[in-house]
Amino acid sequence: MSESSQAVLPMERPPVLGRPRPPRSDAVLYLDGVSVVFDGFRALNNLSLIVEQGELRAVIGPNGAGKTTMMDVITGKTRPTEGVVQFRDIDLTRLDEAAIANLGIGRKFQKPTVFDALTVFENLELALKAPRNPWACLRWMLSGEARDRIAATLAEIGLTARAGDRAAILSHGQRQWLEIGMLLMQDPEVLLVDEPVAGMTDQETEHTAALLRRIADGRRSVVVVEHDLEFVRALGCKVTVLCEGAMLSEGSIDHVQNDPRVVEVYLGR
Amino acid sequence: MSATTLAAAPPAGRARVTLRLVLAGAILLLALLPALNRLPADAALHVSDFTIAVTGKWITYAILALSIDLAWGYAGILSLGHGAFFALGGYAIGMHLMRLIGPRGVYGHPVLPDFMVFLGWPELPWYWWGFQHFPFALLMALFVPGLLALVVGWLAFRSRITGVYLSILTQAMTYALMLAFFRNDMGFGGNNGFTDFKELLGMPLNTGNARAVLFYASLAALLGCLWLCARITASKLGRVLVAIRDAESRIRFLGYDVTQHKLFVFVLSAMMAGLAGALYVPQVGIINPGEFSPGNSIEAVVWVAVGGRGTLAGALLGAFSVNALKTWLTTVAPEFWLFVLGGIFVAVTLFLPRGLVGLLDRRGTGR
Amino acid sequence: MAARLPGSCMKHRSIGLLLLVLAVLLPGVAVSAQQQDAFAAQVAALAGGFAQQAEAVERLGASGDPRALPILRALSEGRLRKLPDGIVLEPGAEAPSEAEAIRINNRVRQALRGALGRLSIVSPDPAERLAAAEAVFRSRSAENVPLLETALAREGVPRIRAQMELALAASRLVATDESVKRAAIARLGGSGSTDARALLLEARAANPSLLLEIEAATAAIDRQLAIRRTGETLFQGLSLGSVLLLAALGLAVTFGVMGVINMAHGEFVMLGAYTTFVVQEACRGVPWLLPWSLPLSIPAAFLVAALAGAALERGLIRHLYGRPLETLLMTFGVGMILQQAVRIAFGAQNREVLSPAWMQGTITLPWIGVPVTQNRLWIIVFGLLVFALVVAAIRFTRFGLEMRAVVQNRRIAATMGIRTGRVDALTFAFGSGIAGMAGVALSQIDNVSPNLGTGYIIDSFMVVVFGGVGSLAGTLVGAFTLGVVNKVLEPWAGAVLAKVAVLVALMLFIQRRPRGLFALKGRAAEA
Repeated sequence: MSESSQAVLPMERPPVLGRPRPPRSDAVLYLDGVSVVFDGFRALNNLSLIVEQGELRAVIGPNGAGKTTMMDVITGKTRPTEGVVQFRDIDLTRLDEAAIANLGIGRKFQKPTVFDALTVFENLELALKAPRNPWACLRWMLSGEARDRIAATLAEIGLTARAGDRAAILSHGQRQWLEIGMLLMQDPEVLLVDEPVAGMTDQETEHTAALLRRIADGRRSVVVVEHDLEFVRALGCKVTVLCEGAMLSEGSIDHVQNDPRVVEVYLGR
Repeated sequence: MSATTLAAAPPAGRARVTLRLVLAGAILLLALLPALNRLPADAALHVSDFTIAVTGKWITYAILALSIDLAWGYAGILSLGHGAFFALGGYAIGMHLMRLIGPRGVYGHPVLPDFMVFLGWPELPWYWWGFQHFPFALLMALFVPGLLALVVGWLAFRSRITGVYLSILTQAMTYALMLAFFRNDMGFGGNNGFTDFKELLGMPLNTGNARAVLFYASLAALLGCLWLCARITASKLGRVLVAIRDAESRIRFLGYDVTQHKLFVFVLSAMMAGLAGALYVPQVGIINPGEFSPGNSIEAVVWVAVGGRGTLAGALLGAFSVNALKTWLTTVAPEFWLFVLGGIFVAVTLFLPRGLVGLLDRRGTGR
Repeated sequence: MAARLPGSCMKHRSIGLLLLVLAVLLPGVAVSAQQQDAFAAQVAALAGGFAQQAEAVERLGASGDPRALPILRALSEGRLRKLPDGIVLEPGAEAPSEAEAIRINNRVRQALRGALGRLSIVSPDPAERLAAAEAVFRSRSAENVPLLETALAREGVPRIRAQMELALAASRLVATDESVKRAAIARLGGSGSTDARALLLEARAANPSLLLEIEAATAAIDRQLAIRRTGETLFQGLSLGSVLLLAALGLAVTFGVMGVINMAHGEFVMLGAYTTFVVQEACRGVPWLLPWSLPLSIPAAFLVAALAGAALERGLIRHLYGRPLETLLMTFGVGMILQQAVRIAFGAQNREVLSPAWMQGTITLPWIGVPVTQNRLWIIVFGLLVFALVVAAIRFTRFGLEMRAVVQNRRIAATMGIRTGRVDALTFAFGSGIAGMAGVALSQIDNVSPNLGTGYIIDSFMVVVFGGVGSLAGTLVGAFTLGVVNKVLEPWAGAVLAKVAVLVALMLFIQRRPRGLFALKGRAAEA
């Protein structure tokens, strides 16, 4: 729970002041010295990360490295115990999930969560960027343009034929696609994608990699958390390796794969 | 899949059409009742005063059930405090009816209701001002429950109090109100509440005419609420509510302010319950703090569960069927009614999670 | 056996000898022969004319002699007899046929009232002495000083002594001697009694020279009263808290630990109370067992409620795991059925459960002088004991270990060979059994009726939520906090509004700490 954040003992933490702050020229996402402590357990430990506009970034790391917690912090699900989390110049630590989403930060969950009781079409319609207050929702009429956008997304995620089906009866892979589709409908500036290809076939994985590359078209930034190194290689982007809540290494896939520290904690096993 | 989605699917295809036809037929039949009451007493189709009175009461219960269904069946807010909103609406109209008694009370005081004279109150307390005007009283019957729902809902929803915690919170709310209304110095008649009403809108109560008027007013209110609920549930708002019900934390990440949506539907639902109470009191001729008892609220929730939550027809079906059973059973075997009601609670949750409508749906779609 | 009073002829044994023996036996009561004679003379005078009688009565009254009490009492009730020769017979003794009752007139009666009132201060019955001391305190006349001094010299019971000293001080306050008054004021100031305070305020007008002392004394009384009031409120709060604790502890297990919402919890409390009643009725046949029926009820109530709980869990609740709202509705229905079943079996009216003698009465807590009823005190002790028991059971037993394992990770617990279904049933039965034990305690202070439990269920949930779901320590602190806060608010707001205020405050509290006082933190709390 976010409210449970507590003051922490400043043990085993390097002093923040002495370190050069990361440059933030074109930063869309800016994390600096972020720590999250649950009952003495450091899920994130002084993590700093910068994602530039239009950048595609892969984040890898062993289980428990803090990848999902990092996404939670950015999207407002978890409040950091300390540290700076900014979207452009906006402090994200003071906003709730909905406000952050409305700023233009979209998220796809590790375990696909779509709305089972609604149809595929309705799921996308909910995600479509539009005024979100109750009154507007009540008065909402589906315009031709909106219909076209939904149709385009349906085609993109290959679910056109299933538009009228309840999300509950989709397969796991289709749910993954639907969730990616919902992410696209939000038209966000930053997409946080947690393990998008889990449960997908090789062909689907390739398709997804291409899609993500296309999305990060210079305007949108995409952060992908993934286990599948082949997929990360296919993305062909900068890779950040997390370990025990802190950044271990950063660079191209070849660079991090040859980093002895990474080899030791992650790849070597 | 989570069990809550069991109720999600409104009946599809043929079942849906059947349901709508049945519903329309039932409402038409209801509309005929007061006319049949006017037939001579020995006519084959004559409907007794008792039937009119009881059915009129059930219609207000159906409105209450609709309001609960909107909050629970669609938005997943299981309020155990809708009885309180109902009672508050009833009290608002009750205050108007008390003011209309005027000097015809036992003590013959021109302004003060009997209980205030009895307690030796010198004048009308400020919160009774304005209740001599019917439109004001009616407005209050909607406004007061709405305001209470707004305050309680705002406190609860922004703290993300959900599920059973919210249920218990709302139950505590109605319990606290019951205790408060039992007090004489609250100025609402204490234990005895309000009764001995004389007239409403210039027509003496307890006449066939008044019964018919109130009956039709209730029916109109039911249709209005039904239309409103249908409009909401068919809109995108309805889909947002269903999404909140099934995955509240997920929809926040789509940028929906859950607190706002829940508050909207909760307040609206409370106002509907208040309206139901306002129509109920003139028909039964009494309102007392017993209406706030937590058991009443939870019983109303069970009507919805029996009928099938998440479908508007289900709420109506449940309200009418359970109350019909209650009226019948409490006359033939009163000591068994609580066993039966308790049994309904158990049976519907264990065996009929989608209620009677779910049963119909299974037959209709051959599942 | 007939007996006559001193001066009677030989065939009626004189009680003079008897009284002499009595006087010797009574420690500290050495009656000289001279006094003996004076006493006998006064008694003999009771057989005389009305004027003589009245004088004798006054003298006997002023003597403070305990022997005079039964005689004067008999006289006032028309039971005192004399022989034709004027010999007064011992009251209550078998009288010869020629004896006649001694008659009195109104003047004698009036004298008797005063004398009896004073004499009861030396009565053998401590309650009577205490009452007399209080009466003398209120009557406050300087004439009582010697009487009180005599009585005080004899008195052994501390509480009565204190009251007598107070009465003495009150009597001395109307004396003339300044220094005596000063001492009396100081004594009254130390009493902490509202009566003494009223007395002092009254004395202000008559004693302008002692105003300062009187002010100081009333201030001292006010301080003591404030302390006592606080103590009383605190005790009432703790008492309410212990009731809440008992009612909520079972819920802390079933709801807090297992996460099962059981609206029939209150009905399990009610079952416990009715078990107490049944055990009591069963014990009626065995008189020596009757005082112990309450302790016997504790295991019985635990068993009954635990069995009901196990049946409910295995039969119904288990099918609804993961569906809390349905569980809530279903268990509410079960509660309804239980209530109605008990109503039919035992009737709708209240059943009486007696308190055993050792739980009755009031004792005064040392050092703050707060009077507390024993049964409330026992319930506090019982509540704390049950709490300790629950904590110990969860922390130190194999069952507790398995329970915690299942709660933390059901699947892994199952792979470790723990039969999770059995643990669920046992845990639920355990929590329900605690509710039953709460029923035993509640039978002592609340009406045993079918809807006994409904009044407690909401409060119990509030306690568990306030304390923090899943934390037993939170339940303990929550129960006592809510209890004390409720009682602190009561004098200002009245019982009902205090309850409403607590509910509202709780809602606001949940705003600040949605997970209660003792919140679980971290990943466990996210689940």
